[in-house]
Amino acid sequence: MMERIIHLSLLLLLPPLLFGIINKTKARFSGRAGAPILQPYHDLARLFRKGTVVSSTTTWVFFAGPVVTLGATLLAGLLLPFGYSRAMLSFSGDFILFAYLFGLARFFTTTAAMDTGSAFEGMGAAREVTFAVFTEPGLFCAFLVLVKTSGTLSLGGMLPLDGRFNVTEGEFAPLLMVVIGLAIILLAENSRIPVDDPNTHLELTMIHEVMILDHSGPLLGLLEYASGMKLFLLGTLLCDILLPSGTGQAWMDAGLYLLMLVLFAVAIGSMESLMPRLRMSRVPLLLISSFLLCGSALILFVR
Amino acid sequence: MPLGLILSAMVMTAFSGIPGLFSRPASQWGQRLATCLMLSGGALGLAGAGAGMFAAPSSLFFFPWPAMGNATIGLDPLSAFFLMPVFLIGGLGSLYGLGYWKQSEHPHNARRLQFFWGLLVMGMCLLLIGRHAMSFLFGWEFMALSAFFLVATEDDERECRKSALIYLFSTHATTLTLFGFFALWRHATGSYDLVPVVAGAVPPGMLNALFFLALFGFGLKAGMMPLHYWLPGAHASAPSHVSAMLSGVMLKMGIYGLVRIGLLLPEPPALWGGVVLAFGAASGILGVLLAISQHDLKRLLAYHSVENIGIILMGLGLAWLGRAHDRPAWVALGLAGSLLHVWNHSLFKPLLFFGAGSVLHATGKRNLDLMGGLAAFMPRTALLFLTGAVAISGIPPLNGFISEWILYIGLMRPLALGDAEAFGIALSVPALAMIGALAAACFVKVYASVFLGTQRTPDVKPVHESPRVMLIPMGVLAFVCAVIGILPQIVCPLLESVTGLPQLSELVPFQTIGAVSIGFLSFLAVLTAWILFRTKKRRRTGTWDCGYAEPTSRMQYTASSFGNGLVSLFSWFLCPQGHKSAIREIHPGQASASSHVDEVVLDRLLIPVFHRTERFFSWFNRFQQGVSQNYILYMLVAALFMLSLLIPYRDWVLPLFTP
Repeated sequence: MMERIIHLSLLLLLPPLLFGIINKTKARFSGRAGAPILQPYHDLARLFRKGTVVSSTTTWVFFAGPVVTLGATLLAGLLLPFGYSRAMLSFSGDFILFAYLFGLARFFTTTAAMDTGSAFEGMGAAREVTFAVFTEPGLFCAFLVLVKTSGTLSLGGMLPLDGRFNVTEGEFAPLLMVVIGLAIILLAENSRIPVDDPNTHLELTMIHEVMILDHSGPLLGLLEYASGMKLFLLGTLLCDILLPSGTGQAWMDAGLYLLMLVLFAVAIGSMESLMPRLRMSRVPLLLISSFLLCGSALILFVR
Repeated sequence: MPLGLILSAMVMTAFSGIPGLFSRPASQWGQRLATCLMLSGGALGLAGAGAGMFAAPSSLFFFPWPAMGNATIGLDPLSAFFLMPVFLIGGLGSLYGLGYWKQSEHPHNARRLQFFWGLLVMGMCLLLIGRHAMSFLFGWEFMALSAFFLVATEDDERECRKSALIYLFSTHATTLTLFGFFALWRHATGSYDLVPVVAGAVPPGMLNALFFLALFGFGLKAGMMPLHYWLPGAHASAPSHVSAMLSGVMLKMGIYGLVRIGLLLPEPPALWGGVVLAFGAASGILGVLLAISQHDLKRLLAYHSVENIGIILMGLGLAWLGRAHDRPAWVALGLAGSLLHVWNHSLFKPLLFFGAGSVLHATGKRNLDLMGGLAAFMPRTALLFLTGAVAISGIPPLNGFISEWILYIGLMRPLALGDAEAFGIALSVPALAMIGALAAACFVKVYASVFLGTQRTPDVKPVHESPRVMLIPMGVLAFVCAVIGILPQIVCPLLESVTGLPQLSELVPFQTIGAVSIGFLSFLAVLTAWILFRTKKRRRTGTWDCGYAEPTSRMQYTASSFGNGLVSLFSWFLCPQGHKSAIREIHPGQASASSHVDEVVLDRLLIPVFHRTERFFSWFNRFQQGVSQNYILYMLVAALFMLSLLIPYRDWVLPLFTP
């Protein structure tokens, strides 16, 4: 029971923190002091207190977008083990649900964006669904590798990949390829540099930020919260693969997991400071390379 | 008893359209009577099929009728499973037609439509319960020909006539293949009865020939990838409820044929499963790619049938591979995923075609780029269409997800257990993932461009919500979609009974996924209530247009622009063709641009090849002048030639030269 409460509170409380760390890292790279790490919490709280402005062309789908997106992301969070703790829900084939819940969220975010009839939001939505076509197969290839390694069909069974399973020397390289492929997928799914720049609004190269252009107040809050949670979940997925063998002591293991997560956020922040965004026409090539990495890893694994 | 119910339902449906033929063109009673008969026949049939799914495995019924080849008919859970959609859509489609294709509005063809609608349903039932080549082919031809007349309902339009003729050509190609198949079947097994072949009784070469003939014939009917060419045109030209029937139900008869023949043929080699799996994956990906590039709503939906048939075939392929390698779990998962997807597709595809029909009925438009903002005028249709769109994209918590999920588990389980043959199967998992993502992209595009935003071109007449007779069938279908999605445990015993493999409930956690769906939906309800309460005071204003002074509705992202990214990324396959008027002057006048994607097989392969063949054989026209005397002469010459073969030349001629 205790474990479940901790799991749920981590899932609900941690997501904005990652944004805080990323922003702090980026500020430090550019020589600024930067906003406090807890700033995203204040931003969210402020959004939830604000009033709402709604476009007069919209229908109920505009409201369904944020609600379904947050709900689906939250449910996905229950399926994933955080570090060495167990997942809240675990059953055969749950990772398929995990991937498809993000699909559900995407369907309703993009539909809500299209609901406004704005050309900008149409562009964002079109790009979002186009890029998903290349990330989904890669994600499933990565899952196939995990299925092969662990011999189970549930996220709780296959993660964390911490030495429970017999990974031979010849399988290190393919696992590394999976990690790199998943990292690219993560960047694309969360609209981070080099695929999308979360800091600019209203540029023609935008994806996520432009889709939520017309959402305001609590609706925007839900979307921001959900996108933080998605970053947290996919980051945790990556950490779960990279985690070393546990020490057996609960607080040390938890500390190790949280440290990995912080490192992950710092890594994203550093990458955003050091890399430019790719030209939009180049993005599919990057995504295809992530698919190829995961797919080649699968081939190497199964042989 | 179940068979009796089904037979009486068949009689009712077959005769449903006949009284209407004697009604006056503009009066409604014929159509009302036909709908009543179809609905009550459908209810009887559903009851019979429902009982048949749990009845003793096979109740055979033999009626001595020499002209029909002493046909046998019978009902087993598999037939009953495929009969359910036939009766469901048969009834609901007829009800929908009451609002959509009113006899008073279409005095010339509505009576014909009702007549052939009943015959189509009857034909499909006959082929499903036929256990003999003759009754099977009878049902098949009833189905094929009435479908032709249904596609040709609007035969005053050139496009419609063309599609109907292409359909007729390809359905006859199927029939010809089936003739070949059954002749070979008779040769191999010694009878026309469709009974399981004893292992070892037929040489493997013959089995292969039988299998590939069946795959070609039934694949052509089902719309498997290179053989799908007839499908988009036929589905786009037919009235929408007919498209719903053709796409949702008739294509499945091809699948039924494959499943049935697959069960009858013993010891399938691994090659069969592999071929079907590969064709399935190809159909899935290429079908949905072609769908994204369409501008016509109904053509787009038709290409999605190719995609869904692909998913169904992937499950069948897995099941066949399981039989080849003697893995009952693969068979259970593959067959269950495939069959559940058959049902699912026959629920959400008619739902979407009905929705498309309502849009067409209200606006008179089929071009996605010209529509928009219809959710404001027809909110109920919009909600029902969205349900269908989410379901067909395979997204939780609706039914499309459940069948794809079973299939995913089936495709990945071999890898988890470390089977040696797992790798080839696992390769189709990314393909299925890509199909899912592409389908979701396509339906975001469809829903958004039809129902969301504002109207892109002003409508001539005011748009109205559909009448209740059109909304009720859609509501029923959407409800069943939701029930299968949220309570998947209720289909589990059905699938176990039909596949005959009771381990399905151990392999797939139906209970858990159902509970998760219910929990998820209740959480969404709470969150919705909270957000509605929180945003009770909301200000309404125009869409944020980035400070542009004069936004117009033409500036919205259209369906074409939405799909453009994907179309250009896959242009090596789709070869989109653009037509733009060149700009020559400094102040150019009005210009226009358009683009389209050819049908891959029909426009790029079949039509050029046929034209070339036609030119090559033009010399033959000399013999074919249409003068009956000539033909009689030809027959006479041919008959004389044949007779002359009987002459014992050796005895007559040889003595002349030998001493």
